[in-house]
Amino acid sequence: MSTFVQQLINGITLGSVYALIALGYTMVYGILKFINFAHGDVFMLGAYIGFLAAVYLKLNLVGCLIAAMVFCALCGIIVEKIAYKPLRNSPKISILITAIGVSLFLENFMQLIMGADSRVFPRLIEEKNYHFLHGNIVVNNKQVYLLIITIILMIVLNYIVKNTKIGKAMRAVSQDMDAAKLMGIDIDKTISYTFAIGSSLAGAAGVLVGLYYNTINPLMGVLPGIKAFIAAVFGGIGVIPGALLGGFSLGIIETFVSGYGSSMYKDAVAFAILVLILLFKPAGLLGKSLKEKV
Amino acid sequence: MRKRILILAVILIIYAIFTLGMKVGIIDDYIKLNILLILLNIILATSLNLISGITGQFSLGHAGFMAIGAYTVAVLITLPKPLPFYLSLLIGGVFAAFAGLIIGLPVLRLRGDYLAIATLGFAEIIRVVIQNIDYLGGASGISDIPQGIDWTGYYVIAILTIIILSNIINSSYGRAMVAVREDEIAAETIGINTTLFKVLAFVIGAFFAGIGGGMYAGYFGFIQPDIFNFFKSIDILVMVVLGGLGSLSGSIIAAIVLTIVSTLLQNVPAVRMVLYSIILIIIMLFRPQGLLGKREIRLSDILSFQRRGV
Amino acid sequence: MKFGKVFKRVVVFIAIFTLLVGSCLLSYSKSSSTIKLGVNLELSGAVAQYGQRALEGIKMATDEINKKGGILGKKIELVIFDNKSDKTEALNIATRLATKENVLAILGCTTSGATKSAAVAAMKYKIPIISPTATDDKLTLDERTGKTKAYVFRVCFNDSFQGDVMAKFALKTLKVKSVAIIYDASSDYSKGLEKNFKVAFTKGGGKIVAEEAFAKSEQEFSGILTKIKAKNPEAIFAPVYYDEAGLIIKQARELGIKVPIMGGDGFDDPKVAEKAGSKYANNVYFSTHYSGQDPDKKVQDFIKKYKQLYKNEPNAFVATSYDLVYLVADAIKRANSTTDREKLRKALEDTKNFAGVTGVITINKYHNAQKAAVIIELKNGVQVFKQKINP
Repeated sequence: MSTFVQQLINGITLGSVYALIALGYTMVYGILKFINFAHGDVFMLGAYIGFLAAVYLKLNLVGCLIAAMVFCALCGIIVEKIAYKPLRNSPKISILITAIGVSLFLENFMQLIMGADSRVFPRLIEEKNYHFLHGNIVVNNKQVYLLIITIILMIVLNYIVKNTKIGKAMRAVSQDMDAAKLMGIDIDKTISYTFAIGSSLAGAAGVLVGLYYNTINPLMGVLPGIKAFIAAVFGGIGVIPGALLGGFSLGIIETFVSGYGSSMYKDAVAFAILVLILLFKPAGLLGKSLKEKV
Repeated sequence: MRKRILILAVILIIYAIFTLGMKVGIIDDYIKLNILLILLNIILATSLNLISGITGQFSLGHAGFMAIGAYTVAVLITLPKPLPFYLSLLIGGVFAAFAGLIIGLPVLRLRGDYLAIATLGFAEIIRVVIQNIDYLGGASGISDIPQGIDWTGYYVIAILTIIILSNIINSSYGRAMVAVREDEIAAETIGINTTLFKVLAFVIGAFFAGIGGGMYAGYFGFIQPDIFNFFKSIDILVMVVLGGLGSLSGSIIAAIVLTIVSTLLQNVPAVRMVLYSIILIIIMLFRPQGLLGKREIRLSDILSFQRRGV
Repeated sequence: MKFGKVFKRVVVFIAIFTLLVGSCLLSYSKSSSTIKLGVNLELSGAVAQYGQRALEGIKMATDEINKKGGILGKKIELVIFDNKSDKTEALNIATRLATKENVLAILGCTTSGATKSAAVAAMKYKIPIISPTATDDKLTLDERTGKTKAYVFRVCFNDSFQGDVMAKFALKTLKVKSVAIIYDASSDYSKGLEKNFKVAFTKGGGKIVAEEAFAKSEQEFSGILTKIKAKNPEAIFAPVYYDEAGLIIKQARELGIKVPIMGGDGFDDPKVAEKAGSKYANNVYFSTHYSGQDPDKKVQDFIKKYKQLYKNEPNAFVATSYDLVYLVADAIKRANSTTDREKLRKALEDTKNFAGVTGVITINKYHNAQKAAVIIELKNGVQVFKQKINP
């Protein structure tokens, strides 16, 4: 029993990581309908900015988070303007290839300037372990932080999309770009905002994940990027609470597969679940399925 | 008829020139290796183009089928009583095609990005499974596979692949596949069995990917699950998109160009991947429809003095 | 008009054709005033962290040798290429080095997979390839015939030796009878160590109570650690590289697993202790090539110099790569030829009692480096020499 509870805690922690990255993913996909392959690498960039801010500017956790979010937001806007905007009317697959190019660029550029070796992320907060049931269940304060921050960011994001003016514009753009334009919505500005918010979320995720595992490296975004996409699809892509649900589900499933089966197959299981979800509920757990227009 | 003889002549002349070059030594082993890589990439890119370009189904799983072909060949030609190489190669292709069928039937109901991610997932599953089979060498792979194929084999198979694929594309099957790409619902309403043609394209593509993988094992002598990871699939997809979705000749040119670019970038070891990614982005920005778009450059058009119809 | 269009196409066709052949024909001036050594390393891509560190060691040793006047009156010239952590590219570059660049020998690669792929070219063109860190047992042996591959060498010990060392250490020094293993099933290094440890440990009367595998670039181990904790092993053996090692130690200790954690030379990096945190980096043992506390002047000089040059602590990749260049230089001297690959191969084979930073190396008949392993203990995050185990 205690093992089960411990595994559940492990799963929720891992799920928070996926959910954090999936939030940004789902937002960009929801509005532009394309897989931003570079999202995982922006996440990596955030981790490095946090690292540099902590080591050289001696900022605290909040400072590092803000630095990473601001920098990644700028970075997201620049990438969108340079690499994606000129292709807005091109086949989607072209943008996917460009996104792959951006992703390769970010990874290799970081390997070049920061070195390929991993870095140890500074300990920005005092670590504490809480023991329950005679030490059989252990919870770490960083796990708690991770969970709480993920939920807060989700609520904030949901508020922005649902209740603010820019959020309304985003939703309009996601439904019909041309119609939105006719209604006087500034498409470019809206998309820039989308990328800024999505990327800053990735940046925050980078810092938090760096802090939690205290290890960062230039390729840290590749696998979590794909997993976060799976999580986003799982929960219903474009649906913000769905990213959270998908992230937690994926994290818990993976942990249980490695805890009760074999860790080797957890990626395979993640993909298998993705395929099943897509086949039986193509819109994801919380998504609404739209009929194809003829 | 004259056209066909002319094309055949060109194919034979190119073969003769290269063979002579290799014999005399103008083409040294390093160049030869890269020519073989180009031929291999041509097979992989054109076959993926049938799936992604002609039929419009984005697959990121080509490396998985390659792995099946490569491992089948590696096992069959190293048995105590080894099978002949070309028979093994064929079996490898058939196995890959079979895997394509099993995966394609459920997965091809998906569309666009979802399909891409699902095929990527299946390719990764294939890789993980191979990695966990000790008989296949697990993570450390199979080395010292006897060489079963050389330049002639590579060249002949590459040419055959191109001929078979272009014949499929120009047949009624090919037109049905294009119809599926252009508008699935419309295709269905005019009586095209869309599932059949999607799966068919997928199976044929997988077959050639399996052949490509087998050829890799048969010449490069060492395989490891890691060689067939999803970066390999992305590499091939990049060639297809860069050449132009739906253009076989585009895939061929892209395979040649990208392989050469990668080789030239060897000279700048520290920044080679950074430059590669920048080149990739720039090409896509300037030619989002790919180098050739949907057009084809036909050998016969280049050779004949007639104006090409559009 | 019509002719012009056709002409244009023919030009394009020829242009592509010449680009294809011409680009490959770029030849480079050969100078005979230097000894050319090819370097085939993972400088970008998935395992760039190993290649980049290895290059530091290679460059450092080469500079030192050249400052002292080189070998046989000639300076060493490194011809460096990046194989992108890609096996096909490793073979491509090995072919290039052997045929086009005309180097005397190839140094690299850091991982067994890439080295095995490059070895195909080494065997074909009869050029020695010496890996600093590839440990797979099968690397130097032909998988079909079981014979030693004539041109493939390494300056590190192989998986079976290291697996053996750690199994003996667990049984005799730690006196544990049950061990849980965590390994990276996607890495041949990790799998090789796991296999060999298991064989030696069970033969010695020990019991493996759990075996958990994960795949590369994993960061979350609490799932498998929780499972292992429930099985109550007396020790954990984790044959992984330093990135995972630090995380495994940390996450295990956080979950309250207090038993000894053992590993191989993949643990030999200061980052293990940094990542785990000095509070947790206790009761950790690993086998490696040398100890930083070795009072030997050679070792201390190496560490001091490396720190000056790169402002960093050396790890196993740096140290073995540093030795690699000196060992090859020594062989070139004995071969008394700066161009003859065959003589160099023989000289490499005859290497006996070469005193390097990572110990006294003898190349045995399987082309493996036979040398003593040292066992290091982590005490509050500090590496402490524990014992030396001779082959």
